[in-house]
Amino acid sequence: MPEKRLLDIRNLDAFYGAFQALFGISLHAERGETLAIIGANSAGKSTLMKAIVGLVTTRNAEIRFAGGELAGRPTQQIVREGIALVPEGRRLFRSLSVEENLLVGGHLHRSGPWSLMAIYDLFPVLREKRHQPSTSLSGGQQQMVAIGRALMANPDLVLIDELSLGLAPIVIRDIYAALPRVTAAGTSAIIVEQDTSQALAVANRVYCLRGGRITLEGTPASLTRDAISAAYFGV
Amino acid sequence: MSAPSFHIARSTPESRFALVIGLLALVALVAGPYWIDRNGMRIVGEFLIYLSLASMWNLLAGYAGLVSVGQQAYVGLGGYFLFAWAILFGLPPLLAIPFAGVAGAIVALPVSLLVFRLKGAYFAIGTWVVAEVFLLLAAQISVLGGGSGISLPISVVRSIAESRDGRDMAVYWSTLGVAVAILIGTYLLLRTRWGLALQAIRDGELAAETSGVSVATAKRLLYVVAGAGGAMIGALIFLAKLRISPSAAFSVNDWTAFVIFITVIGGIGRIEGPIVGTFVYFLLRGLLADLGPTYLIILGAVAVGVMLFAPKGLWGLVADRFGWQLFPVGRRLVLDTSASAATSKGA
Amino acid sequence: MEWANVILQGILVGGLYALFATGLSLIFGVMRLVNIAHGDLIVLAAYVALLCVTQTSIHPLLAIFLVAPVMAVAGYGLQRILFNRTLGADLLPPLLVSFGLSVIIQNVLLQIFTADSRKLSAGAIETATVPIFNGLAVGVLPLLMFVAAVAIIAALQFMFYSLPIGRALRATSDDPEVARLMGYDNRHLFGVAMALSLAVVAVAGVFLAVRANFDPALGPSRLIYGFEAVIIGGLGNLWGTLAGGVILGVAQAIGAKIDPGWQLLAGHLVFLAVLAFRPEGLFPKVDG
Repeated sequence: MPEKRLLDIRNLDAFYGAFQALFGISLHAERGETLAIIGANSAGKSTLMKAIVGLVTTRNAEIRFAGGELAGRPTQQIVREGIALVPEGRRLFRSLSVEENLLVGGHLHRSGPWSLMAIYDLFPVLREKRHQPSTSLSGGQQQMVAIGRALMANPDLVLIDELSLGLAPIVIRDIYAALPRVTAAGTSAIIVEQDTSQALAVANRVYCLRGGRITLEGTPASLTRDAISAAYFGV
Repeated sequence: MSAPSFHIARSTPESRFALVIGLLALVALVAGPYWIDRNGMRIVGEFLIYLSLASMWNLLAGYAGLVSVGQQAYVGLGGYFLFAWAILFGLPPLLAIPFAGVAGAIVALPVSLLVFRLKGAYFAIGTWVVAEVFLLLAAQISVLGGGSGISLPISVVRSIAESRDGRDMAVYWSTLGVAVAILIGTYLLLRTRWGLALQAIRDGELAAETSGVSVATAKRLLYVVAGAGGAMIGALIFLAKLRISPSAAFSVNDWTAFVIFITVIGGIGRIEGPIVGTFVYFLLRGLLADLGPTYLIILGAVAVGVMLFAPKGLWGLVADRFGWQLFPVGRRLVLDTSASAATSKGA
Repeated sequence: MEWANVILQGILVGGLYALFATGLSLIFGVMRLVNIAHGDLIVLAAYVALLCVTQTSIHPLLAIFLVAPVMAVAGYGLQRILFNRTLGADLLPPLLVSFGLSVIIQNVLLQIFTADSRKLSAGAIETATVPIFNGLAVGVLPLLMFVAAVAIIAALQFMFYSLPIGRALRATSDDPEVARLMGYDNRHLFGVAMALSLAVVAVAGVFLAVRANFDPALGPSRLIYGFEAVIIGGLGNLWGTLAGGVILGVAQAIGAKIDPGWQLLAGHLVFLAVLAFRPEGLFPKVDG
């Protein structure tokens, strides 16, 4: 019987050189949960995602994941433990086709529900475009590839940074519509969003970040709009 | 809040000290022929030549990001210019030096149009190809000895000065003059807005493009200046040697590899770097030159080691530790009272 | 017919230049590293072949199968120990470290083997020819060299576009940070790329040693030929690199035919002309 708590972060400080971007972040996620992390531009959301996967230097942090300690370990090892990050701006491999991008995501061959077939069932439009260069896709389709590429690793937890940023509303709706199928397959998710309403609709719990600190935490039902905007804008 | 008092400072206590030492050294060097023996003068001359070449390479690689492995093109060009000037046209050899500089600049401009199309490391090899082309062309000039080279005729040598002492002095003072001009020129160039803009780019400050200075123009300017300086130094080198050949004139080892090692070991991107590096280089050479290839293996290994473990060079290690800056090129804002430090708050 | 022969010889030598260039192009493509010591590593491979042949008295061309693994392992080590430490946004460290390595290799070879020129004798195959028509004939050895170049480029092309390791190398080249997010260890992948590069270098080194005299100072000019072939062909295109090598070889052959002093110059001038009129190369990679 695996532990119920999947991710447990305590007291995380993150730095870019001498500049401190995150201050004493504590956050946790249970198995099967979908978390939303909301906050304005440069609140530290992306830094938090990068800190979890070891792309940003952290100090004093305890990052326990599925019972093991992640802090200070190199990114490629953290990823092997079962965390996948969909980076801000999608960042598909330009010289690879759609299917090659997905195969690269799955090269670790962890066992789990996700395979090329499962991804194509989740986002059918990608099946038609599987042999096209990834650069020929629309922004929304690229985001589908980026999410699919992360899922191909069969992670226990997928982090999606700025899911809807720069995408057309109709595609955003399609992607959000697919998310429950991701969590239903047993993959927990943390979604970083500036667009609060979309995130609140799918999340079990919400964290709000401002100035590198957590300013609010709770279930969507328990939070009033005033409380959220106070935490979000600091007014 | 009362207006804070401050002034713009360029000098530092160490820089004023360095200025005094520099002036004393200059006086001693000018008087060199009266207290240094012939062998000593030869070594001082070589020292000045390497210091000048390293300062100019530092200007290119350390400030403008132009890592050239082909500066021997201009050294050789200057050397051949001198020999053509004296042998083919019978003009006074010493006068060739400034004109070699002009020739270096005139050649560097079109060359820059070509090699500037290559970026980064490819630029490095591109400049090397240009130097190879110069070498092969020089080997085709049969009136200047073709591939095997040529010596300066006795009559030309005599025209510099009748006595050997007189010639040594003339070459020595010319070298000193050109070296001092290059060093001061390098320093002043870095203090112009082009120089400051290049340092801003190197340090990753994006404001440079908006400061009204075209980065491309600044880089081209530095490349042309380094071409001119390299050619003048080349004329001096082969005026002292009295003999030239394509392989000696366009030697990548002598005029570029050692120069790169000097700059890297001393500290790239700092004016003090080449000075420290040249001292270290002459020290190592004095200690190890008898070892032949082993000496070069050690020199290469030291340069690689410095690049990996102390990328700011020996001077960088010292300067960071003590906060020294002997040749301030930037301007610093100095607040006159410590209390006014609070003015930076607020906003 | 005399000219046809000159051009044919130039084309075949171009295969060797393409071999010089392929390893250079490969590591630039994967990690944006320009290895100034590349030419010296080719010469080093030639000396390793010399040792293999003198110690085991196998045929020089078969020595490729000994030298290539040795150089590949050396390349992996070199990358992990030395070059990986230099990679980053700043282009100076890799450039200067490889420049230092170049001087070190040259002088180590000089110390061990002296400045005397050496040659590997391949026996009868050196003088064997294949008649084509009308008295036109090609040497078996140059032909073998060219075939080897084509085969190696085809194999690399297959690896890059059809095998998982090639996909990994392309992904790392596109975005090293995201490649780490996929669980790749870039330091290892860069090591693999350098190992491949030096395996190709080994083949080039053996052919260099069999074809003509070699000495420790030969490296820099081999680097330059390889570099010129890469730029003439266009960055990021291995078949273009082969074409670049052929163009360089033909230019040198024509130059030499006119005047022996013009052999090298003609090659450089073609390179400079390409730089002046088609700086992206003759066959640039089409992106996307």
